[in-house]
Amino acid sequence: MLNILIPDFRVIAPELLLTATAMIIILWEMINRTRSHAVSANLALVGSVAALAATVASWNLNVSTFGDSLVLDPYASFFKVIFLAGLILSVSLSMKYIQESGVRYHAEYYALMVLATVGMMIMAMGRELITIFIGLELLSMPLYILAGFFRKEIRSNEAGFKYFVLGSFATGIMLFGMSYIYGVSGSTHLQVIARTLYRHPSAYADKALLLGLLLVIVGFGFKISVVPFHQWTPDVYEGAPTPVTAFMSAGPKAAGLAALIRILVEGLPRMAQEWELIVAILSVLTMTVGNLTALRQTNIKRMLAYSSIAHVGYILIAVVASVGGRADLGFSAVMFYLLSYTFMNIGAFGIIVFMKREGIANENLDDFTGLSWRSPGAAIAMLVFLFSLAGIPPTAGFAAKLSVFFAAIQGEYYWLAIIGILNSAVAAYYYLRIVVLMYMKEPEKELGKATSSPLLWTGISLALVGTLYFGILPGGFLEKARIAVSILLKV
Amino acid sequence: MIGLTHYLVLSAILFIIGVMGVLMRRNIIVILLSIELILTSVNLNLIAFSHFAHNPTGQVFVFFVLTIAAAEAALGLAILVTLYKNLESINVDDVNQLKG
Repeated sequence: MLNILIPDFRVIAPELLLTATAMIIILWEMINRTRSHAVSANLALVGSVAALAATVASWNLNVSTFGDSLVLDPYASFFKVIFLAGLILSVSLSMKYIQESGVRYHAEYYALMVLATVGMMIMAMGRELITIFIGLELLSMPLYILAGFFRKEIRSNEAGFKYFVLGSFATGIMLFGMSYIYGVSGSTHLQVIARTLYRHPSAYADKALLLGLLLVIVGFGFKISVVPFHQWTPDVYEGAPTPVTAFMSAGPKAAGLAALIRILVEGLPRMAQEWELIVAILSVLTMTVGNLTALRQTNIKRMLAYSSIAHVGYILIAVVASVGGRADLGFSAVMFYLLSYTFMNIGAFGIIVFMKREGIANENLDDFTGLSWRSPGAAIAMLVFLFSLAGIPPTAGFAAKLSVFFAAIQGEYYWLAIIGILNSAVAAYYYLRIVVLMYMKEPEKELGKATSSPLLWTGISLALVGTLYFGILPGGFLEKARIAVSILLKV
Repeated sequence: MIGLTHYLVLSAILFIIGVMGVLMRRNIIVILLSIELILTSVNLNLIAFSHFAHNPTGQVFVFFVLTIAAAEAALGLAILVTLYKNLESINVDDVNQLKG
């Protein structure tokens, strides 16, 4: 009872720091009216680095608080590191882009990004359906606004609108599923649900529980853009401001998977045989449709949107693989994949931000023609990110794919591993096509002059370092993920 | 005697009407209303389960869903207003700038 009365604030220290940061950013701009993007961006960076330090400092804790609704275990900490890395990288990409777009309400931009990260962190820590729902909404609402942030541009409006309609539709479906899980088990707390079902095994035969589980999977499927619930993804990714696209391609997906895995593992541990085949089919569909559609895109943001759908497919292989005995291998592959994906994908979006010159986005694949002649540094960075997305060693993408396929083989899902490898071969085509354009063709047309931005290059360099580090020395973080998962599984 | 099943069937009907509304109606305001209908069916479900199981958690859940639904409606209308200012239409078929 005691932990209900006295909340343990160590658990939410990073969240409190980030919330305070968001408030300070808005108040600072309101009081001083500096119109200075640098102040807002730097405040956001300082806040997120402090939150990262607080997260790393409390890595080994395994405590819960607020009536056991929030739990800080290494599993949650690992995901928080992913979210904060995504936040830091995205904020670094944002300043130049938002500054040049000339919007006057930039403080809100950074504050909303920080608040969305708080939502993700609550999702990763939530051990109770209401808390997970609140975290999901705290994540989604700032993202709806951010996607439609350029309110004078119709494409941005459209992205915000589509994201809002499909996002809240998905939330509704997920909540309907949660209401059935609550109805069958009589609780919203994941461990109490698991205990009740353990005591009354007949409840597993209850069709309402199965319906609840399916609707929850569909709801999360929308959020992490699983085929056939992916239609919004390319439109929203294309229409949203590029740094926002980078931000929502990494963190929110990780948050959705974090909460989904916690629900499946802690709340419904004996339902694995029910969702195994469904998730396996979704995974195959997601990879194949994502990769085949990405092949014929001409806009790079749309191409990366379909590529991100395909990557979710690979991640789902690892989720399925966790059913086959070695759950720690499967789930740790999911976590490591998401960490690697955050660095390589935001890095690639950083180069797209760099390509924007004199107000023209230059988002078509042709605009990359001869980039190595014009800006060799950007071309080399893009080369590494694309190699990593394609899964070529020695990059993070290779180590991540290897851990996923290894988990699939250990779990004896050979057919899934084979489909995944075939898909990677297809994917290599459209990633390497850009490399060919950058290195083997002379520039055709002049782009505008590039304005240099130290913060943008810091972001891209950080992403580059991460991509190479996780590729060359993946062992440390894979082991950390594996330990975190085994602690989660013991509960 | 009205039992749990009656409430569940009613809420399932509301849910299906809501889902169909989101997928099939072309007027954006009606789509927003359909989303509210889905959330109402969730609330009805939660209250029915909570009442018949004598368990208050479901009613607490309803308060949170109501609060979030209000915030979401405000946000949805704000996004709709900015869209309308540029598009001058509230038909989803006109929202077609982004295509692949």
